[in-house]
Amino acid sequence: MLGRLSFADIPLDVPILVGTFIGVAIAGIAVLGLITYFGKWGYLWKEWLTSVDHKRLAVMYVVVALLALVRGFADAIMMRTQLALAYAGNPGYLPPHHYDQIFSAHGTIMIFFMAMAFMTALFNFVVPLQIGARDVAFPFLNNLSFWMTAVAFALINVSLFIGEFSQCGWLAYPPLSENQFSPGVGVDYYIWAVQISGVGTLLTGVNFFVTIVKMRAPGMTWMKIPVFTWTAFCASVLIMIAFPVLTVAIALLGLDRYFGMHFFTNDGGGNQMLYLSLIWTWGHPEVYILVIPAFGVFSEVVPAFSQKPIFGYATMVYATCAIMVLSFVVWVHHFFTMGAGADVNAFFGIATMIISIPTGVKLFNWLFTMYKGRVEFHATMYWAVGFMVTFTIGGMTGVMMAIPAADFVLHNSLFLIAHFHNVIIGGVYFGYICGMNFWFPKVFGFKLNETWGKRAFWCWFVGFYFAFVPLYVLGFEGMTRRLNHYSNPAWHPWLLIAEIGAVMILFGIVCQVTQLYVSIRDMNLAENRDVTGDPWNGRSLEWSTSSPPPPYNFAIVPHVHEFDAFMHDKENGIDTRQAGGPYQPIHMPKNTAAGFLVGAFSFVLGFAAIWYIWWLAAIALVGVFATVIARSANQDVDYYIPAEEVARIENEHSRKLMAQAAE
Amino acid sequence: MKNKYLKGAARLAGLASVLPLAGCEWDILDPKGPVGDQLKTLIVESTVAMLIVVVPTIIMACYFAWKYRQTNTEAEYLPKWCHSNKIEAAIWGIPTLIIIYLAVITYQTCHSLDPYRPLDAEATTKPLEVEVVALDWKWLFIYPDEGIATVNQLAIPVNKPVHFVITSDAVMNSFFIPRLGSMIYAMAGMQTQLHLMATEAGDYLGESANYSGRGFSDMEFRTLAMPQDQYAAWVEKVRSSSDQLDDQTYPRLAAPSEAEPVKYYSHVEPNLFDQIVAKYNNGMVMDKSTGKMIHVQSAMSDMNMKE
Amino acid sequence: MAHDTTLSDAHAEHEHHELPTVFGFWVYLMTDCIIFGSLFAVFAVLRNQFAGGPTGKELFEISGLALETALLLISSITYGFGMIAAHKGQIKSVQMWLAVTFLLGLGFVFLELREFAHMIADGAGPDRSAFLSAFFTLVSTHGLHVSCGLVWLVVMIVQLSGVSAINERMMNKLTMLSLFWHFLDIVWICVFTYVYLASMI
Repeated sequence: MLGRLSFADIPLDVPILVGTFIGVAIAGIAVLGLITYFGKWGYLWKEWLTSVDHKRLAVMYVVVALLALVRGFADAIMMRTQLALAYAGNPGYLPPHHYDQIFSAHGTIMIFFMAMAFMTALFNFVVPLQIGARDVAFPFLNNLSFWMTAVAFALINVSLFIGEFSQCGWLAYPPLSENQFSPGVGVDYYIWAVQISGVGTLLTGVNFFVTIVKMRAPGMTWMKIPVFTWTAFCASVLIMIAFPVLTVAIALLGLDRYFGMHFFTNDGGGNQMLYLSLIWTWGHPEVYILVIPAFGVFSEVVPAFSQKPIFGYATMVYATCAIMVLSFVVWVHHFFTMGAGADVNAFFGIATMIISIPTGVKLFNWLFTMYKGRVEFHATMYWAVGFMVTFTIGGMTGVMMAIPAADFVLHNSLFLIAHFHNVIIGGVYFGYICGMNFWFPKVFGFKLNETWGKRAFWCWFVGFYFAFVPLYVLGFEGMTRRLNHYSNPAWHPWLLIAEIGAVMILFGIVCQVTQLYVSIRDMNLAENRDVTGDPWNGRSLEWSTSSPPPPYNFAIVPHVHEFDAFMHDKENGIDTRQAGGPYQPIHMPKNTAAGFLVGAFSFVLGFAAIWYIWWLAAIALVGVFATVIARSANQDVDYYIPAEEVARIENEHSRKLMAQAAE
Repeated sequence: MKNKYLKGAARLAGLASVLPLAGCEWDILDPKGPVGDQLKTLIVESTVAMLIVVVPTIIMACYFAWKYRQTNTEAEYLPKWCHSNKIEAAIWGIPTLIIIYLAVITYQTCHSLDPYRPLDAEATTKPLEVEVVALDWKWLFIYPDEGIATVNQLAIPVNKPVHFVITSDAVMNSFFIPRLGSMIYAMAGMQTQLHLMATEAGDYLGESANYSGRGFSDMEFRTLAMPQDQYAAWVEKVRSSSDQLDDQTYPRLAAPSEAEPVKYYSHVEPNLFDQIVAKYNNGMVMDKSTGKMIHVQSAMSDMNMKE
Repeated sequence: MAHDTTLSDAHAEHEHHELPTVFGFWVYLMTDCIIFGSLFAVFAVLRNQFAGGPTGKELFEISGLALETALLLISSITYGFGMIAAHKGQIKSVQMWLAVTFLLGLGFVFLELREFAHMIADGAGPDRSAFLSAFFTLVSTHGLHVSCGLVWLVVMIVQLSGVSAINERMMNKLTMLSLFWHFLDIVWICVFTYVYLASMI
C-alpha cells in the first residue's frame, strides 16, 4: 500500500533532523496560526496563491528563494563546521552518509531553488514593466511555473524528514547514482525535484522569450530594449536550449533506476561519460543563465547611481549575445581529466577563455559608466562595486582552470569550489541582492533600510573573502572537494579561517533579515515612502508607473522614442503616463487555481514515485491531466477593468505626484 | 563601516605575510617531479598574464567609485557621456591580446603535458609499468613486470618514469598524486593513462579527486618515492607476503570496504587488469599498443559481474 | 516590432489583446525538438552497444513499420482536411476529420505497442542492452507524444460539440494541435530513417 515507505524511514535517530523538524513545525504552526487568527486565508488564496499577476508571482518567487537561501546556508555552515572539527582522527559531528547528503542538498538547493527562483523573480517583476507590457505573454503558465518550482522545493525538503536525500553530489554522476551503488530513495528525491522544477523553468523561458519578442511597447526596437531585459532575453534563450537537455539527462538516469535500463551503468554497454556530456551541456549554460541576468541588474543599477547613461550600450548587448552563444561550446572543460585527446581539450579550453573577453568588456563598461559620473553610495551600489572587485578575481581563477593542463591539478579540488563560489556569490548573489535593493521600493512602495543594507553587504563581502580565499590555498595544497574528514594537519588552519568566514556570512544574512524587519517597521515614515514611483531618478519604463504599480501596470501603453525611454521623456518634458487619459477598459487575465492544482498533483506524483506507491502516482498523473483539460475547457478566464476604475486609480496617483512636486 | 573594512583588510594582510612561509608547503606549488614542475610554471605564467588586466580593473573599480563619488563636486561630471571608440578598442583589444597569448600556451601545454604522452625521460629509460584499479574504497596497484600487487601503497623508484594504466571496478574516481602532477579519471570498462616521475625521494599523499561515495574520504594512499636499491628491497618485501591475488581473493578485495590498511600480494594472476576491464565489455579489452579490441581469456569469465 | 508611433492608441491596445499563443506553442515545440535531438544523440552514441544481445538488424521488421509509417503520414493529411473545414467553420466536418485522425493515430500506437510486446517477449526489452534502452526510450518518447496528441484530439472533439461557431481561442487550439501533430510526423520520419532503416542496412 505504501510502496517501500515504512515508519523506519523517518530518521528519529538523528537528533539534528528531529530538532530541525520541531523547529520547522513550530514555525509552520505559528505562521498558519497567524494567518488563521487574522482571517487572511481567503485573501492569501484569492490574491496571491492563485494570482496570475507577474508582480505578485515575483514576490512569491523571492519568498521561495529566501527560504532556499536559509536552508542552503544552514547546509553550508554545517559543512564548514564539520571540516573545522574533523581532522587527525576526529570524525567530526556528522556521520559520512549525513555529510554526503548535506553537500548534495546544498548545491541542488542553492542552484535550482535559491538562484533560479531569485532570477525568475527578477524576470517576473522587471521585464513586463521595462518593456511597457501589462503582463507576460502567458500569465497562467507563469503561475504554473511558480508552483512547479515551489512544490519541487517542498519535495526536496520532505527528504529531510522522510527517507534521505541523494548522497551523490549536486549533479548525481553515474554510476554512483545508479541503483547498484545508491539503492535508497535519495537519488529519486533528487531526480523528481529537479525534473519538476525543470518543467517550471522551461515554461518560464518560453514565456519570457515570447513576452520580449511580442509584447514590447510600440517604438521599443531591439536596440532600445533596456539591458536587463536583454539579459532576460538571452537567459530565456539559454533556458529553452539547455533545460530540455537536463530533462533528458535526468530522465535517462531515472529510466536506469526505475526500469533497469543501461544508459549510464557500468554494465550492459552503458556509458557514464555520456551523462557527463549531457548534464554539462545543460550545466555550463546554466551558469550563464544565472549570471547574465545579474549582469543585467548591474547594467541598470550602475547608470542609475552614477547618474549617467550606461557606457557602450551596443557593446553590452553584443557581449551578452556573444556569451550566450559561446556558453554552448565549452562544456567539456568540466571533465578535461577524462582522458580526451590534447586537441579536444585545447579546443574547449580556448573556447572557454574566449568567453572572458566579452565578460571583461562588460566589467569595463560598468567601470566607464562610473567614470565622470556622480556615484551615489546607496547600499545597492555597494553590492555593485563589491561585485566588480570580487567577480574579477573569480574570472581570473576561472581562466586558470580553463587551461586544461592546469586543470589536471586543480580539477575537483577546493580551488574549484573557491572559484565557482567566487563567481556565484560575487556575481550572481551580489547581483540579485543588488537588484532586490534596487527594485524593492517599486514592488512595495517603500525603500529598504540603508544602514542595515550596508551592514549586510560588509558582512557578506568580508565574510566571502574569509570563507573562500582559504579554499583557493587548500586547492594548491591538494585538498579535494567533498571530503568529510582528513588527516593532513596543514589543512586545518585554513579550514578554521573558512569557518570564521562562514560565520561572518551568517551575520550578513542576519543583517538582511533585520533590514527587512526594520524596513517594514518604518515603512510609513515619510523618508522611506516612494510616492512618485521614481525613487532613484530611474531611466527605464518601470519607474514611470506608481509604486507599487497598479494591476494593469500602464493605464496607457507608453510610446518609446529612445533607449532609456523614461529618462528621455523626463528630459524632454513628455508625460510617459499620458495622465488624464482618455482611458479605456483594460483586458486582464483572471486568477486561477489550476496552476496550484497541477503543482500539488505533481508533488504527489513525485512523492509517490519516489516511494513506489504506484496507485497514488497514477491518481496524481490523472489529476495533472484532468486539471489541464478542465482549464482548457474553461471559458471564464478574463475580465475587463472598467475605464472609470482606471481613471480613478490614475487620478489618485497624479494627485500624489502633484502634492510631492508642490513640496 | 570603514573601520570594519580596514580591520578586515588588516587581518587579510596579516595572513598574507605568513603566506610565503606556508607557500613552500603547498603541494601543487612545490612539486617533486618534472610534470608538476611544468604545471607550476604554467600556473604562475598564466596568472601573471591575467594580473596585467585584473589588477588595473580592481584598482579602477575602487578608484572610479571613490573619485566620482557624489560628494566630490570637484570631479568632472559628464552626464551624457557614454561612448568612446578609443576606450572600446582598448577594452576589447587588451583582453583579446592576453587571451591570444594564453591560447597559445594552452595549445602548447595541452600537447606537451598530455597525460598520455610519454615523458621525455622515457626516450632513454624504460618506464615502470603500474596498473591502477580504483575499488570501493581503496586503490589496487598491480606491477605486471614484477608480478606483485599492493593496496593503498604505491612505491616507485626516483628518477624513473612511471606509466600508469588506470581503470575502475566500481564507480568513477580520479587518480591524483598532488606532488607529482596531473590527475586522470578511473572509469569502469575504460583504460586511461598517465605518465609521471618523481625526482626526489619522499612519502607523498595520493588520493581520489572524484567523489565516489561513503568511504571516499579515506580513499587515500601513500606514494613512496625511493632510490632504486630501496625500491628493489621493497619489491622483495612484497614478494615475501603470503597473500596472493587470484580469482578467489580478488572478489573479497573488491567488495566495498572503508579505510582499508596497506596490503601486499606476492603474486597476481597475469591478466587480472585486462579481465577487470573486459568484464564490462563483453570480455573484450583494447590492446594498448595496437588500439584493437581483443578477447580476454579469463579465469574469472564466470565470475559474477556486480549487478 | 518597430511600431509606427503614430498608430492610434486604440490600435496599440488591440495589439496587446491578441496573445501570441500559437507563436508561444511553436517556440515550445522547438524545445521539444531539442529533447528529441538529445535522444537521437544518445541513440547515436549507444547504437552499437549490444552487450551480447540482439542487434537492430535481427529485431526490426520492415512490413509492420511500413504500415505504422503509412498510418501516421495519412493522419497528418486527414488533420489537414480538418483544418480546412475549421477555416470554413464546418464544425461537424472538423469533428469527423479529427475522429479519423484519432483512429489512424490509435492504429499507430497499437502497432507500436505490439512491436514492443513482441520484442520484450523475445527477451529484447529495454533492460537488455544500452542499444535497446536507447531504442525503446527514443521510440516510446515519440509514442507518448502521439498518445498525448490522441487525448488532445478527443478533448477537441468534445469541446467542439459544445460550440456553435469556432471562435479565436478554439481556432488557436486547433492550430496548435495541428502544429503538434505535423511535428510528430516529422520526428517519426527521422526515427524511421535513422533508427530503423539505418540499423537494418
